[in-house]
Amino acid sequence: MVQKLQYLKETPSQTAGPFVHIGLAPGDAGFDIYRTELGRDIAGPEAQGTPITVTGQVIDGNGTPVTDVLIEVWQANAAGVFAGAGEVEPGFRGWGRVIPDFDSGVFRFETVKPGAVAGPDGRMMAPHITFWLVARGINVGLGTRMYFGDEAAANASDPVLGLIPEPPRRKTLIATAEGNRYHFDIRLQGDAETVFFDI
Amino acid sequence: MSLPELHQRDRSWHPPAFAPDYKSSTTRAPRQALLSLRGTASELTGPTFGHGDIDPLDNDLLRNYAHTGDPIGERIIVHGRVLDENARPVQHTLVEIWQANAGGRYRHKKDSYLAPVDPNFGGCGRVLTDADGCYAFRTVKPGAYPWRNGVNSWRPAHIHFSVFGTAFAQRLITQMYFEGDQLIALCPIVNAVPDARAIEQLIAALDMNASVPLDSIAYRFDIVLRGHRATYFENRPEGG
Ligand SMILES: [Fe+3]
Repeated sequence: MVQKLQYLKETPSQTAGPFVHIGLAPGDAGFDIYRTELGRDIAGPEAQGTPITVTGQVIDGNGTPVTDVLIEVWQANAAGVFAGAGEVEPGFRGWGRVIPDFDSGVFRFETVKPGAVAGPDGRMMAPHITFWLVARGINVGLGTRMYFGDEAAANASDPVLGLIPEPPRRKTLIATAEGNRYHFDIRLQGDAETVFFDI
Repeated sequence: MSLPELHQRDRSWHPPAFAPDYKSSTTRAPRQALLSLRGTASELTGPTFGHGDIDPLDNDLLRNYAHTGDPIGERIIVHGRVLDENARPVQHTLVEIWQANAGGRYRHKKDSYLAPVDPNFGGCGRVLTDADGCYAFRTVKPGAYPWRNGVNSWRPAHIHFSVFGTAFAQRLITQMYFEGDQLIALCPIVNAVPDARAIEQLIAALDMNASVPLDSIAYRFDIVLRGHRATYFENRPEGG
C-alpha cells in the first residue's frame, strides 16, 4: 500500500436537458423572474473596437438544427484583454449567453471583435471567441472556438489551429465574414464535424 | 501574466458523449476525438459575478416567484459547498439551479407534460458561494416526470446545477438526485456515468442536521470543480 492522494474527483457532468433556459435565461423560457438576466450584454455600451454581429446554427448528425441549445461565449476586448485579467472598459464582460430561436435554431449575438491574445508559449493567437455548448443529448458541455474569416494571415499562424492534425478540419472553426457580420455553424457530427477541445 | 493551469479532466469519470441508451445523445455526440489543448488565457480566465448581479431573494424558490402564496410541495433546503479537486473552497462563484415543480412540470413554454404549472413557482434560483464555498437554496422537492426515451421512461427527481469556478474551462452543468429515489437506478442519463462511485457523487444526502424543525427538510450536495495544477518548479526563459 502507498499513501492515498487526497485529491477530490470532479463532479460528473450531466446533460443540461431541453429546459436549460429556465435556469439560465428564464426570459426565453417564457417568464420574467430576475431583476437582470445575466449574459445579455457581452461588450457593454462603452466597448472600444469594431461592433460585430455573429449568426449561426448548431446542427446535429441528421442535419437538423439543435433548437434547444444554450451557448456561452467568452472573449477578450478589442485590445486582447480578458475582463478580470486586466483593465477593460467599464461594462465590458466579454461573456454572454446566446439562445437560438426555438423554431429555426438560428442564433445571433452582438459584440465587438476581440483582439489577439498571447498563447501559453508567448506566440500570438488569432482573434477568436471561445464557445461552450450545452443541450439535451450533450452529456458534457462542448468547447470550441470561433475564428474570423477575414483574418487569414493571423489564422494561418495561429498556434491552436495549427494543432489540428487534419488541415481541412481547421476551417470548421472559421466563421465566414461579410463586412462586420460573421456566420458560424457548429456541426456536432458528420463530414464537417466541428473541432471540439479537451482543455 | 501566467495563469495557473488545470488538472486534466478525467473523461472516464464523466458520461461519454455517445451513450446510446440515452437516445438524444446519438445524433448530438461528436464522433471525432476531442483535440487536447493546454489551457490558454481564453480558457484559464472566466467571467466573475458579484452581488450587483443578483438579488438576495434569488436563492429562495419558495418566494422568488410567489404571487398568491407559497408553491405546492415538500419544502426543502438544498445546501453544500463548492470545492475544487484540491479540496479548496471555490469562493464567490455563481451557482444557478433549475427544476420542475412538485408535480414534475417545468415552467417552460416547450414543456407540455400534463401536470399543472404552479402559479407560485418559477423553478429557478441563483446564489454566490461565500468565502467558505458554501451555498444554500430553499425550494420544493421536484417531482419525477416522464420523458420520451423509452415508452415508459421517468426521470428521477432532480435539480439541475450550473457552476462557474474561476476559469472558463471549469464550467460545469450537472444534476443533483435525492437519496433513496428508486428511479435513479433506472435512468439512462444517470447510467451514462460509467463509474458507480461517480454516480454516488450526484446523489444528495438527507441532512437532518440542516433541517428546520416543523418547516423544511434538508439535503446536502457538495460540488467539485476541476482543480488548479500546482507548479513547484517551472522552466522559465532567462529573465522571464
Ligand atoms: Fe430535468
